[in-house]
Amino acid sequence: MTRRRGSRAPGEPRLVAYAYVAPALLVFGLFLLAPLAYAVQLSFFEWDGLGLGTWVGLDNYVAVLTDPELRAPFLHALVLVVFFSLVPVTLGLVLAALMTRSRVRGAGFFRTVIFLPQVVALTVVAVVWRQIYAPTGPLNDALRLVGLDGFARGWLGDADWVLVAIGLVGTWVGTGLCTVLFLAGLAKVGRELYEAARLDGAGFWTELRSISLPAVRGELAVALTLTMVAALRTFDLVYVMTAGGPGNASRVPSYEVYDRAIQEGDVGTGITVALVLTALILLATWLVNRIAGDGEPA
Amino acid sequence: MRTSSLERTTTYAVLVLAALFALYPIGLILVKAVQPDAIGADVGVDLGNFAEAWDEGQFGSYLRTSVIVTVCVVLGATLLSSLAGYAFGTMQFRGSSVLFYLLLLGLMVPSEAVVIPLYFQLRSVDLLDTYTALVLPQIAQSLAFGTFWMRAYFRSTSREVVEAARLDGAGHLRIFWSILLPMGRPAVTTMMVLFFMWTWNEFLLPLVVIPSGDLLTAPLGLALFQGQYTAGTSLLAAGAVMVAFPVVVFYLFAQRHFIRGMVDGATKG
Repeated sequence: MTRRRGSRAPGEPRLVAYAYVAPALLVFGLFLLAPLAYAVQLSFFEWDGLGLGTWVGLDNYVAVLTDPELRAPFLHALVLVVFFSLVPVTLGLVLAALMTRSRVRGAGFFRTVIFLPQVVALTVVAVVWRQIYAPTGPLNDALRLVGLDGFARGWLGDADWVLVAIGLVGTWVGTGLCTVLFLAGLAKVGRELYEAARLDGAGFWTELRSISLPAVRGELAVALTLTMVAALRTFDLVYVMTAGGPGNASRVPSYEVYDRAIQEGDVGTGITVALVLTALILLATWLVNRIAGDGEPA
Repeated sequence: MRTSSLERTTTYAVLVLAALFALYPIGLILVKAVQPDAIGADVGVDLGNFAEAWDEGQFGSYLRTSVIVTVCVVLGATLLSSLAGYAFGTMQFRGSSVLFYLLLLGLMVPSEAVVIPLYFQLRSVDLLDTYTALVLPQIAQSLAFGTFWMRAYFRSTSREVVEAARLDGAGHLRIFWSILLPMGRPAVTTMMVLFFMWTWNEFLLPLVVIPSGDLLTAPLGLALFQGQYTAGTSLLAAGAVMVAFPVVVFYLFAQRHFIRGMVDGATKG
């Protein structure tokens, strides 16, 4: 049998592969790798975005680690991690366990509805929740209705509450994703395991701890990673809801990046914040998968 | 499995609460969008806000930009990811794993670290405020996931089908385009659904690369609108509904693809 070039089965070494990969690599190289490399370069300069930059070595990195004003956004991001990640993961686990344990009529409906916030543009989410939090908005109306007038306030204008208020929006967005991830994980657990546990008299919490939780270790790692990265990267919500205010109370790293590099002409510092944020995200991802994902992921 | 009636009641109560929590903000904005702003006139349904937001709020123009950008990104990213995924999934070539991991870097790097330097690079070649600036970077950002996803699909395809096609004289391009790609429609559809959602909802990139505000996408237009018209919440609500509408409606129809994409994509990653 004669073999012609180009009609060999996929799987054999061939140069033509480069032709298939080239367009993707070209776009990827020009619009992702090149900017990334440029970011690293810019982080060693003090530059106002217009004139010539000044080489400052590691000064920008030192500033990000030592300047309290630059550290604050990272601390704010940690608060958001609790609401964007830990709370939705917990809620998602309980919801998924409840939906798996009893036969729920309309499970598909609940799943669809709870996941819905995940698909709405965050700008829209921000606009809607701004109205909910407004001084005369529905949240304060509800508080006054039940006699908690003292609690009513302009939630986004209150430095003590603004991060919690933004965080709750993150809970609203993330819970559905976590629930759906855990439902997928729990669907693989054999029914018999639950039956056996039930015969042994296991209640909801015992079952959750000893069967469900170990069964979704892989999904747990995924849910924590996705939601933590989302928390650390929060931008749209802050930009639209508070623009970092009141004062600097809700400045988060990506807002700091945008504000410094584009608005204030402090490009070097802004980009360094972005690179430190990138390092933090990589570290968080690695840690979560190290701790939670020792078992084979799904 | 049997559960006590108390537990069943609790389960439904918790689920209904969760559903209400998820739906309330969406319901609120829908109601606001069809009510006139004037106090005392809030009876009945009025669709005038949409017309007004479309014309006065320029949402017509924002949505047109978003449609053009989204179509270009989804088609471009799908084509490039499929081509690359085909090579990575079915062929052996020198450097394939290095190149693949290089692409995967795009899954890890947050766009914040790319978008700001991109602004200065695009500025130096006069590409700010263009469709190029909106489309190509978003294709680049989608490629990591797309290539990864399509490689997994092409690896799972059956060797026999390919062998048979080869005996019939089909070349690699034909095998890709006429056989394997059509067979992979479910995988491709799921990926396109995710690309659509990510591109339509993107905020930071358009904010940075469209400084003049001439080519604003719908989410950006909404943010700008909120800054300008603080008084008219009904118009703002109507705008918000128009920005969210395409993805939400699409989600309700294709929710299997959305959810499977998120779950599979996440756990395979």
